[in-house]
Amino acid sequence: MKRFLASTVAASALALMLGLGSVAFADETLDPNAKPGGDIIITYKDDVATLDPAIGYDWQNWSMIKSLFDGLMDYKPGTTELTPDLAESYEISPDGKTFTFKIRHGVKFHNGREMTAEDVKYSIDRVVNPKTQSPGQGFFASIEGYEEAAAGKADGLSGITVVDPYTIKFQLTRPDATFLHVMAINFSHVVPKEEVEKWGADFGKHPVGTGAYKLAEWTLGQRVVFEKNPDYWHKGLPYLDKITFEIGQEPIVALLRLQKGEIDVPGDGIPPAKFQEVMNDPAQKARVVEGGQLQTGYITMNVTMKPFDDVRVRQAVNMAINKDRIVQLINNRAIPANQPLPPSMPGYDKDYKGYPYDPAKAKELLAEAGHPDGFSTELYAMNTDPNPRIAQAIQQDLAAVGIKASIQAQAQANVIAAGGDKNGAPMIWSGGMAWIADFPDPSNFYGPILGCAGAVPGGWNWSWYCNKDLDAEAAKADSIVDPAKAAERNKMWSDIYIKIMKDAPWVPVFNEQRFTLKSARMGGADNLYVDPVHIPINYDHVYVKDVQ
Amino acid sequence: MIAYLARRIVQSLLILLGVSVITFALLYLLPADPVRQIAGRSATPATVENIRRQLGLDQPFVIQYWRYLLHLLQGDLGRSYIQRSQVTELIVARLPATLLLMVGSIVCELLLGLTMGLVAAVRRGSATDQTLMVASFVGVSAPQFVVGLLLLYVFAVRLSWFPIGGYGTFSHLVLPSLTMGILGAGWYARMMRSSMIDVLRQDYVRTARAKGLARGAILFRHALPNAVLPIVAMIGIDIGILMGGIVVVESVFGWPGIGQLAWQAIQRVDIPIIMGVTLVSAFAIVLGNLLADIVAPFIDPRIKLR
Repeated sequence: MKRFLASTVAASALALMLGLGSVAFADETLDPNAKPGGDIIITYKDDVATLDPAIGYDWQNWSMIKSLFDGLMDYKPGTTELTPDLAESYEISPDGKTFTFKIRHGVKFHNGREMTAEDVKYSIDRVVNPKTQSPGQGFFASIEGYEEAAAGKADGLSGITVVDPYTIKFQLTRPDATFLHVMAINFSHVVPKEEVEKWGADFGKHPVGTGAYKLAEWTLGQRVVFEKNPDYWHKGLPYLDKITFEIGQEPIVALLRLQKGEIDVPGDGIPPAKFQEVMNDPAQKARVVEGGQLQTGYITMNVTMKPFDDVRVRQAVNMAINKDRIVQLINNRAIPANQPLPPSMPGYDKDYKGYPYDPAKAKELLAEAGHPDGFSTELYAMNTDPNPRIAQAIQQDLAAVGIKASIQAQAQANVIAAGGDKNGAPMIWSGGMAWIADFPDPSNFYGPILGCAGAVPGGWNWSWYCNKDLDAEAAKADSIVDPAKAAERNKMWSDIYIKIMKDAPWVPVFNEQRFTLKSARMGGADNLYVDPVHIPINYDHVYVKDVQ
Repeated sequence: MIAYLARRIVQSLLILLGVSVITFALLYLLPADPVRQIAGRSATPATVENIRRQLGLDQPFVIQYWRYLLHLLQGDLGRSYIQRSQVTELIVARLPATLLLMVGSIVCELLLGLTMGLVAAVRRGSATDQTLMVASFVGVSAPQFVVGLLLLYVFAVRLSWFPIGGYGTFSHLVLPSLTMGILGAGWYARMMRSSMIDVLRQDYVRTARAKGLARGAILFRHALPNAVLPIVAMIGIDIGILMGGIVVVESVFGWPGIGQLAWQAIQRVDIPIIMGVTLVSAFAIVLGNLLADIVAPFIDPRIKLR
């Protein structure tokens, strides 16, 4: 049934495309108001680390890489909905372990050569190859042959087969419902072998891909310039001729320049110190787009350290925190959270109420657990604003129920190190290090930060919470590969997270909102400026309104 | 002279070696694990250990340092953990900008500081003198981040006399140099003032005045050159102090120098870059001091090199 369904969808999609012609098919992703042309300037504070899709993993280069490279899958602009990209169509076997992709014809790399299935295999083999030292290696663990390839014992993944130049097949060791997301993530983006071999470790500074833009200039420390790819396979895109990324600009200076009309978007956002001022000015407020992020800020409690090994204590802490007040502390740039998943994530439970703010009940629970007079503990936090202030608010809330928490505000790397040490930190406020989803799937909020696999030295499961039953349920949910059963899978994940909340290893505090301030000449749907995947802006689809 | 030079060069090399050991040791002792930064948050323990092995970070401290030193002697500062690029490439790309800013800063602080000191000394005890000394005190105390932003806001944003940060032309250089210069000017003003007061008290100045020389001639031909002597020695040390301000000022003005590079590297625990920038800075400071010491006897024949 599944195979029939999948192949019918594939067949009708193909028929539609062939029927409407290869070039001028009705493309719902093109904006009728957009005129091609124009240049924009985006500013960033930090250097662009690398534009190599196998390596780049910070929020700054993530969407830049997405504009230079493509993968088999992508998301509809501004949304979390999967859609085929370099793949024309795909087929999933009924047992969910075989994925076959048909690749578009005529897609060219920036160096002129046509992209084929060989390139797709090469790119993924490269990420898994330990010599590449790719942070994305683990995403491909479900492909057959991963263990050998990741250990350097095999020259590539045996589970990837190039059937013909335009067909590629992936054989998995287990049904993996997140596989399509993995095919959309940057680490799967396709790179040309000859360019990688030419540049070696410096490929990140000389990227060549199939994306909507190509790299025109990189003056180290000053600017990176993208130019429109005239041979981009998706006709009509991108709209802009050129994007200049100016580096080394402090957010506050970038804001001043935007106000003077010198730049188009400050890439690092509105500096917190100026946020109120900008939002109180109607002219500027009109050019701010607000959107959700796939992010949650939370307090972790180390369930292996007394007294947090008692669920009543953890529940009490949940009821002691005044989340509304904390959100106010950061000028309402977030919304209070009551569960691990953010609202824009599939699997989010709108009806779940969570723990109420009830200090009296919290004290009761603490007394029940044997701590009528509270106890002393430590709260770790990152030392850049506003996290110390938030930590102080948490400290005050805890003091109101008798818990005396001393604040350890340290550099990010040090807090991360403490979290990854079993005896490191009893409580951690995750702000500044908080989990943002790698892809819009509920499983991404489980494995590394709440699952047993993450509760290891150096791991990110800072509450050291390990529930084997939930791990089993998670695996079961992730084996539901059929897209038609997505609702059922999401419900399973909702249940898993509700169960986690009962055990309360975390206090979910808030979900940060993203605010993108743009110049008046920038056009395109609002959701392109707070794109949950192409952070912050979907460069492929935005345009300017003042093209002659 | 040659003996002195040889001895100083050997001393300088030893100092640089010492700096490299201490910095390397400090970075090694950091609780933060750079491998986790590189491996990213989704990495399995196996991936992390593999990367650790490949980078040689599982070796004992002495072996790691020795390998670093060997590479260093061949001019190889290694590859950035985060960017994967050659550290030498990253530093060379940004060094000219920092050197330019240093030159601009030294010019600014000398112009401002020496003038202020001169005027204050000549009008010693007057309201002008007191105002200038207060101004110098403010200059030394004011945080450079604040001064920089203020200058940027007033002269670039409001008055549009200068571009709002950036790099490329002379007008881009003015505000950052001023910001750096104001700090040093404060010091130089005070030093110049005391030095000048001392000189003006000397017998040969009284003689010159008795001879009937014009005030200008006395000041600029006889007093000034002698007053400036201790200042020249300071410039060598000054390079060190400037290095500290470079990080802040480059950030404010978007000046693409090694200060920015260092700051980012520190936040991401990118050890190869931190080592590279530290060594380059140390080299500049040591060289500056060496040159200042060598030049001193040519300016003041009374100084003998021992």
